[in-house]
Amino acid sequence: MNATASVPGQHGATAGGPQVGRALPRTEDVRFLTGRATFVDDLKRPGQLHAVVVRSPHAHARILGIDATRALALPGVVAVYTWGDIASIAQPIPIRLAPLEGFERYLQYPLAKDRVRHVGEPVALVVADDRYVAEDALDLVDVEYDTEPPVTDVHQAEADGTLVHPDAGSNIAARYTVSRGDPDGGFSRAPYRRRETFRCHRQAALPMETRGLLAEFDAMQRVLRIWGAAKVTFFNRRWLAKVFSMEESAVELLELDVGGSFGVRGELYPEDFLVPFAALSLGRPVKWIEDRREHLLATNHSREIECTLEIACEADGRFIGLRGRVLGDLGAYVRTNGGVVPAKAAQFMPGPYRMPDCEFEVLALMTNKTPVGTYRGPGRYEANFFRERLIDLAAADLGMDPAQIRRINLIGPDEMPFPSGQLCPYEPAIEFDTGDYPMAFERALAETGYGEMLKAGNVAADGRLLGVGLACFVESSGAGPSETGRIKARPDGGIDLFTACSASGQGHETVMAQIVADVLERPVEAFTLHHGSTTLVEFGYGTYHSRAVVVGGSALHRAGEKLLAQGRAWCAQHHGIEPSMIDYRAGRFLRRADPPAAGGEPAPLHPGTFAEIAALADAGDTSAAAAIEAVAVFEVKKRTYTYGTHVAQVAVDPETAEVELLRFLAIEDIGRAVNPLLVHGQAIGAAVQGIGATFLDELVYDDSGQLVTGTLADYLVATATGFPNIEVITLEAHPSKLNPLGVKGAGEGGIVATGAALGNAVAAALAGLGVKITDLPLSPERLARAMREARTRAGAN
Amino acid sequence: MTHSIRLTVNGKRFEQVVEPRMTLADFLRETLDLTGTHLGCEHGVCGACTVLVDGRSVRGCLMYAVQADGSSVVTVEGLAERCPLNGPAVLRGETGLSVLQESFREHHALQCGFCTAGLLTTAHALLEETPDPTPDEVRHAISGNLCRCTGYVPIVEAILDAARRLREGPTA
Amino acid sequence: MKAAAFDYLAPRSLDEAVEALSQHGDDARLLAGGQSLAPVLALRLASPAVLIDLNRVEGLGILEIEADGSVLAGAMVRSRTLELSPELARVQPLIHAAMPWVAHVQIRNRGTLGGSLSHADPSAELPAVAVACDATLQLRGPSGQREVAAGSFFRGLFTTALASDEILIGVRFPRCPAGRRHGFAEIARRHGDYAMLGVALSVDVDAASRISAARVVLFGAADLPIRASAVEAALIGEPAVSGIAEQVAPLATDGLEPRSDHQASAEYRRELARVLVRRTLAKALAPGAPSGAAR
Repeated sequence: MNATASVPGQHGATAGGPQVGRALPRTEDVRFLTGRATFVDDLKRPGQLHAVVVRSPHAHARILGIDATRALALPGVVAVYTWGDIASIAQPIPIRLAPLEGFERYLQYPLAKDRVRHVGEPVALVVADDRYVAEDALDLVDVEYDTEPPVTDVHQAEADGTLVHPDAGSNIAARYTVSRGDPDGGFSRAPYRRRETFRCHRQAALPMETRGLLAEFDAMQRVLRIWGAAKVTFFNRRWLAKVFSMEESAVELLELDVGGSFGVRGELYPEDFLVPFAALSLGRPVKWIEDRREHLLATNHSREIECTLEIACEADGRFIGLRGRVLGDLGAYVRTNGGVVPAKAAQFMPGPYRMPDCEFEVLALMTNKTPVGTYRGPGRYEANFFRERLIDLAAADLGMDPAQIRRINLIGPDEMPFPSGQLCPYEPAIEFDTGDYPMAFERALAETGYGEMLKAGNVAADGRLLGVGLACFVESSGAGPSETGRIKARPDGGIDLFTACSASGQGHETVMAQIVADVLERPVEAFTLHHGSTTLVEFGYGTYHSRAVVVGGSALHRAGEKLLAQGRAWCAQHHGIEPSMIDYRAGRFLRRADPPAAGGEPAPLHPGTFAEIAALADAGDTSAAAAIEAVAVFEVKKRTYTYGTHVAQVAVDPETAEVELLRFLAIEDIGRAVNPLLVHGQAIGAAVQGIGATFLDELVYDDSGQLVTGTLADYLVATATGFPNIEVITLEAHPSKLNPLGVKGAGEGGIVATGAALGNAVAAALAGLGVKITDLPLSPERLARAMREARTRAGAN
Repeated sequence: MTHSIRLTVNGKRFEQVVEPRMTLADFLRETLDLTGTHLGCEHGVCGACTVLVDGRSVRGCLMYAVQADGSSVVTVEGLAERCPLNGPAVLRGETGLSVLQESFREHHALQCGFCTAGLLTTAHALLEETPDPTPDEVRHAISGNLCRCTGYVPIVEAILDAARRLREGPTA
Repeated sequence: MKAAAFDYLAPRSLDEAVEALSQHGDDARLLAGGQSLAPVLALRLASPAVLIDLNRVEGLGILEIEADGSVLAGAMVRSRTLELSPELARVQPLIHAAMPWVAHVQIRNRGTLGGSLSHADPSAELPAVAVACDATLQLRGPSGQREVAAGSFFRGLFTTALASDEILIGVRFPRCPAGRRHGFAEIARRHGDYAMLGVALSVDVDAASRISAARVVLFGAADLPIRASAVEAALIGEPAVSGIAEQVAPLATDGLEPRSDHQASAEYRRELARVLVRRTLAKALAPGAPSGAAR
């Protein structure tokens, strides 16, 4: 960890020195460590009922009829809802991000009407006194289906033979082309070109806590409360209020503790309508907890993209451009942010390189599989794999070292801010804000001893094949439009912080306190972050795109500065002193010695702390009341971009296709680390998640559209024994100039180049056998087949 | 058909009537309101529901409450040396965390905290049996506990550090 | 994900258990460690009307180690007990070698020897070990007790020689003779997962350093643990040196029709069978490899 510099705009040191930059253990931790956290399933409301969802067993079928008679006859069953019950008010799940033209034809209603389009699609909701009984009733809801052939891959989808949405007339939900530079000219004059087709596999984010909701209508206050909200609570509230014809203020989304999100939790899903609908209809609290099998079928999938990509280079390896075709499998419906996945893959395809001439055609395709949404580093994990793999193939063709070809093409610090063009149709042109990409790259090579690793050769003493893989990335964070921060001081000395950024394990309660602690020169313990409810601030956009600290933290920082200014002004007024003669130190306003040259010590003012002012406010002083609360909005004009390099060294057993990850380093410059302990945790956690995803995770469908990997015994994620050799280095070399903290997002850089670095490492290990790596995951079955085919080819020659 | 069971949970005796199909994890959470034990998969893979039954770590979702009749169960709520109040500082005093819990905090071995209970109970059992584990032994011991946030590295460090502190005793 | 309702019986004696099973027949399932059964019930892949819990049956938890090194293990001995017993490690080193590969510690704390064998998962470790050790399984039914060799106990995918009214009550592992070499290896996606392919083997070496008997058992390969009989036959009479492994390993797939699933194709399993047999044999026969029951 690099040493931290002082905080821009900092108002002097707290007693214990600056809090930003300190590796503080989290204030959140105690409740989790003692079993006293409250996740949504831990909450019980008096008289609550339990809902379970009847889901389609077929990938594609028409619904001929639903008969709930047997289910309703079961003692304990309270209600069964089907399309007919919701038809009068139901609206389709809205698009929140990436509203590509044409998408409106592919939206999902909370319950299937007359056709199911993926295994797991909600068909009915059963409500019962008891979860066990509710599950008993699942089998008693009789649904008559007439199955139709499913569409299970992008090529079948594009051919438009079988239609997932017959009314829409095509499986191509969106198709567009983006470009920069002069792709036709660049490619036609290029002395070297290479084209390959790559595939990234379908993955689940798999937070440890499945989704869950508890909805209750408070008849006294006439408020609908929904616990279990996450991520984008205000957006979801707005939609729900509209659908239920309620005032927004009469709908409260409450967050509780959240067992991981990684992008998939908290988006608006069918259940987000169904559970409150049942609670409103029945006048009783209704709880729904997704089980793990449902989770794998119903929570957004991600990452499934096929990409044909061509690179053009000068003879000396300088990049001219990239062009290609991105086929994104969006599953059965366009959900809230599904379009982001292929769109971001195209936008990030050029990566951190000078790559003047680019053109990408993007197709968002419908299939009879679970709908897709964003998952940590959406589109980036995929695009980095495609591009970095192709760069290595080009380097081999050109007889260049993989490090050298990157070195000569990385964007230099003197080129910042670097315009990356408009490669996403629903966003303006972007520019990479700050950074020294070659520095991070060289640091990664030096830390891992890249040259030494290469010298070790391709064959280990035990006969395994060694390979080193490099991958460079640039990663956006801090999406707009804005975030609101509110601060209020209490007479007891505490200070309450309010944000709309929801938390799902990142440690916001600690880092937001650290940020404001430095502004108000109070210990971190003085601050309490409130983040669980739509009642706390007017509006907010939530937590995604590594934006909570960047945008939400900056808003609170601003609010802190505003509070300080208010306090100073109040003291000036109250004590009859010029504001310029008031100092602020360690939480108290002081009167400066006059004249300063006299050398006298500043005199503490009484009242002169926010607690003292708050006490006066409590006693009815209206000017004091106005002074102790501040609200600030931080608006995002431009996004901020982290960057870095991943390096992997693997040993592949050529006989068993087992891969051991000998070494893995992720290095990322996040501008500034508010809490290095937590940043380190984000980076390692993201890296292992991505490494596991590259080797293990895979959502496999069979030809009938059934999910083969429907339990955690089949859907494999990283375990503790898999990947012990993980290093991460966080740089604070180039703070962002776009926010007062200098921060960039820290949540995604650890994952985004894992597939790329590992793909390149395994490819390097197996290159001598004639194996070409173009597809993920790097599963033993897949690698064994590749080696077998290479041996067969070699034998035939 | 229901059954009456008697068991000890975190040192306290309970007598309850249960349906046979109720899992031990559901019994702890729903009947005893000990919601620190979490359900991450309910089919025996994720380890979030791990509790100690007669000193051994077991998956709470793969045992029926009726089977725990006569047993002594310890959950995450029972691991702390005394009940910590996560409330106002004046009442909070020292955290009351066990050495293992404190080590998890210092090493940032939890993020979302959902898997934490199962990891703590599993690690607790490991350290009772193997006071001086190697990193590899720690990794094998917790290989049946999935964590999606931490990448396991800080968890392994936390357990090793707790083991060291426990071996060295309170003076260290 | 909750099981369908069932009645629960917890017999205290074997006679009661046998009686209960006879009475309820196919409506009942025996509950041993529950580590495979409980997930099946939670997923509602099965919904028996009655569970007969063997955990309170007296006498099924025994682990008796005879003076000659043979072992009688009750069906309800926990995997963890097998793993941690130093005496068992000494007299039956193959069992000891296999135990760390069996799932995870929490599973081994509940899972039982008899449960694993009766469940007969084709990719599980203990059935293969039982076959490699030439264990004898004791089955008790209403008409009395009978014994079945492990090699004929497993009949197919999750299918055994147990009649619907019989209970596996114990397993006898014969003495591990001096000069026996053993080996165990498996390849799984992650440590603790069921094997894509595994090998459990024992090779008896006579005073002249020649192989006198061999049991080479593949698991994860087919619907049941199967002996690589061509490999075994080729080993008999050969000198007990690592080099022999190279020679006989290709025979591991003779007559083998491997399973195929999304984790591992039949072709991949064939490759793994040959590689694992070669490596495991070579290691077992290497100079200085442990032999026989430790003294």
